[in-house]
Amino acid sequence: MSDLSLMEYEKDAGFGDYFALLKPRVMSLVVFTALVGLVVAPGTVHPFIAFFAILCVAIGGGASGALNMWYDSDIDAVMKRTAARPIPSGRIERGEALSLGLALSGFSCAMLGLATNWVAAGLLAFTIFFYAVIYTMWLKRWTPQNIVIGGAAGAFPPMIGWAAATGGISVESVLMFMLTFMWTPPHFWALALFMNSDYDAAGVPMLTVTHGRRVTRKHILAYTLALAPFALAILLTSIAGPVYAFVAVVMNLLFIKGAVQIYRRSEAQAEADKYAVERKFFRFSLFYLFLHFSALMIDALLRGYDLIGTGVFGGLLGGTF
Amino acid sequence: MAITRDSQMHKRRLSRNIGLGFVLIAFAGMVFGLTIAKVSVLDPARLEAEQAGEAPAMPFETAPLAPQEPAASPEASQ
Repeated sequence: MSDLSLMEYEKDAGFGDYFALLKPRVMSLVVFTALVGLVVAPGTVHPFIAFFAILCVAIGGGASGALNMWYDSDIDAVMKRTAARPIPSGRIERGEALSLGLALSGFSCAMLGLATNWVAAGLLAFTIFFYAVIYTMWLKRWTPQNIVIGGAAGAFPPMIGWAAATGGISVESVLMFMLTFMWTPPHFWALALFMNSDYDAAGVPMLTVTHGRRVTRKHILAYTLALAPFALAILLTSIAGPVYAFVAVVMNLLFIKGAVQIYRRSEAQAEADKYAVERKFFRFSLFYLFLHFSALMIDALLRGYDLIGTGVFGGLLGGTF
Repeated sequence: MAITRDSQMHKRRLSRNIGLGFVLIAFAGMVFGLTIAKVSVLDPARLEAEQAGEAPAMPFETAPLAPQEPAASPEASQ
């Protein structure tokens, strides 16, 4: 055996490398929001079927992550943050990632369809398609609005959870989608403001680079203001309760306050305190989404024990499409 | 450089094989669990019994599906 071929063997992938292709950190948000969508939905689902459905959603999310890593391996190799991923580091072949992504996509959708219903499976298939094709192949390298439209892929899981329980789409599930969809841009643009990313070197148009930081700050404020009505509109549905009402009012006020602070700051001010406000806003945005969905889950549990009624305002909005 | 039993290559391949083994075993367990869950949900006799409040809603618990004979009232026995 030559030294060269031995080096090839030294790059053999371990199990963890294949798991890393599934982007487990992204998966955690997907699992959590899908679980909330399933728990707050009316009706009961067998606990094992519910667990299996969430697992399918997680595997589907992982599959789209593998497809993303397959397609983006060229730009991952250029950027420092992603250079150690399994494909650019040479531990996994591109074709392997593609095969794994396609196989898990088909598997997760088919199993979700068999376990629950085909509306949920169809939504999962569309989510994978949206992330892998619409976002990764098309929008990401083409427009600085990539984050906005691509955010839809991360917003579908609560709708899938809801569909798994009810077999349909409703006002409540669309509003949960909108909550995550509108939250994504301010969350990522706040990160883009203080992260010295090398997206530019990789040829990925990010708003901070293409339109400047001033415009990015304006966009953060605009999207944060646009997000609040959707978060508060959930109060009009049957899934909201007193816990959600408290969280939504307080968190949206604080989020808007943070966005206004970001908007008012100049680059000189931000550099002087090493982007302290932007970092704080980014951390807060994580809490924002987590607390909104947690509050919905707590209200659903309280409702399950008949401790609270249906909706804060009796569920004015609602209905299955 | 000799390839020994403990080389990195062997360790990685072992981790891959063990990992895949666990995944396959877990998959078989999942399909079995799903089958049990589906059967208990789709069983019409059980569903009727559950709706009549004569069987527990939770799975994996045994309960008589046939309607119970009403207990004889004390007055009737006198």
